[in-house]
Amino acid sequence: MPSSFENAGSGKIVSAIASEIVANKAYLSEIDGKIGDGDHGINMAKGFGKAAEHITDQTSFHDGLSGLSNILMNEIGGSMGPLYGMMFMEMATSIKQVASIDAAHFELMLKAGLEGVVSIGGAKVGDKTLLDCLVPAVNAFSDAIKNGGDFSASLTQMVLAAEAGRDNTIELLAKIGRSSRLGDRSRGVLDAGATSCCIILTIMATEIKLRFKNEV
Amino acid sequence: MQRFLNNPDDLVDETIKGFVKAHRDILHLNAENHRVAISNAAPVKGKVGIVTGGGSGHEPAFIGYVANGMVDAVAMGELFSSPTAKSFHDAIKAADGGAGVAVLYGNYAGDNMNVKMARKMAENAGIEIATVVANDDVCSASFDEREKRRGVAGEIFMWKIGGAKAALGGSLSEVQAAAQKAIDNCRSVGVGLGPCTLPAVGHPNFKIESGTMEMGIGHHGEPGIEVTKLKSANEVASDMAAVVLSDPGQQSHAEYAVLVSGLGATPINELYVLYDQIEKDIVAKGCSVYKAYVGNYFTSLEMVGASLTIMAVDDELKHLLAYETNCAYF
Repeated sequence: MPSSFENAGSGKIVSAIASEIVANKAYLSEIDGKIGDGDHGINMAKGFGKAAEHITDQTSFHDGLSGLSNILMNEIGGSMGPLYGMMFMEMATSIKQVASIDAAHFELMLKAGLEGVVSIGGAKVGDKTLLDCLVPAVNAFSDAIKNGGDFSASLTQMVLAAEAGRDNTIELLAKIGRSSRLGDRSRGVLDAGATSCCIILTIMATEIKLRFKNEV
Repeated sequence: MQRFLNNPDDLVDETIKGFVKAHRDILHLNAENHRVAISNAAPVKGKVGIVTGGGSGHEPAFIGYVANGMVDAVAMGELFSSPTAKSFHDAIKAADGGAGVAVLYGNYAGDNMNVKMARKMAENAGIEIATVVANDDVCSASFDEREKRRGVAGEIFMWKIGGAKAALGGSLSEVQAAAQKAIDNCRSVGVGLGPCTLPAVGHPNFKIESGTMEMGIGHHGEPGIEVTKLKSANEVASDMAAVVLSDPGQQSHAEYAVLVSGLGATPINELYVLYDQIEKDIVAKGCSVYKAYVGNYFTSLEMVGASLTIMAVDDELKHLLAYETNCAYF
């Protein structure tokens, strides 16, 4: 029987993501400070922390994601507000009607989230943004499923690709946003958005695995 | 850090609260969204609304340019961080007098995204929107890639011209065209002598070594084109004038509105020292100064440094520049 997890009562996945973002507040600001203005951790922790306050054991995964999206879009602003706001909004919409989320639903959710980011951001892979983590991660999940992997193994592949994508941003030249003004000086450091994106995907995978009800 | 602070996280909201108290004769806060300030006269029925917005830490920009004949409503973000799409949308709603709303803002990734989303929300609600994106910062990209240049203090001229055109009854497309003409005629350059610190971060996120200066620095410390030994005031002023006057599009015998702004921690007297030489250089080029503005118009927290903006003016721009406003800072 294929693995899946319940939408109802899984809002705490979002709380776990928020805790990890808040725990990494100083780290995210530090790497952002090397080529940005050093507030990535502060603004992310503010938005995610606030969203987590509204999540209870009864909150669904959909409501957790959509609540997070609303706070990012309506209260955080900057670049990350709309980018992650659109990502979580499209993710939430894609699973709204789904009671039990299996690998196929999750793949659609990832793709919807990616489309949300692309629709608002205008960056491409290689521009040194969160897309350099998100795109390979989504592709790795799809490929793993296509090659017959189960949900859990595919999540593991997604996380590995997210980490590799994040690390790959060290070598990249920033092509968009404030750090793009640095030219060559933007090389040699991690992109803060790709780093926070990796945290989000990693914790999401860990928490989903804990919730599988039908282990193969 | 020797700063006047309570909790650094509250700095933006406390700034806004103080500002609307001090200038209650001109503007007020949106009752539901405390990151939106509205001119007491807005919305004016049948007048095109003027909206802007941006990150905080540039005071008196952006809130200080809310006034009759200038900006009707402003959206304010965290320090150096774009306002939310919701705040831009709330500002648009507050400024809407039924003749459409012109959103006049600066070219930054976050602002572009949030305005794009706000525009969608407003258009869905039946408000006609036009945008003009300021890109006057010469050193932030080459003239051929002008669409990549950042918006800096030239935004003030854009708001003044667009705001006056709207107050005089211009249609949405006329207001857009006037604001676009203003920013197209603007050239700006910044020089940094010392960095600035986001209070919640606690240390400067970029360095300007003692005894050096950075030509072409951005409003948030974005790197400039050259770091050199700190020169004399006259040499710095001439370097700045050369950057803006040599950018393509400048006519011989042009008449300029000139704005010299401190970046936050530079004494006003030094700005006048710079201005003295800047005007000499403009005149030496066979051009002239129509009107000068010297002071802290668009700052970057406590950055040490100054920016220079020139706007070539014709009869239309002169007329709009002179149009009455009760703006506290212009």
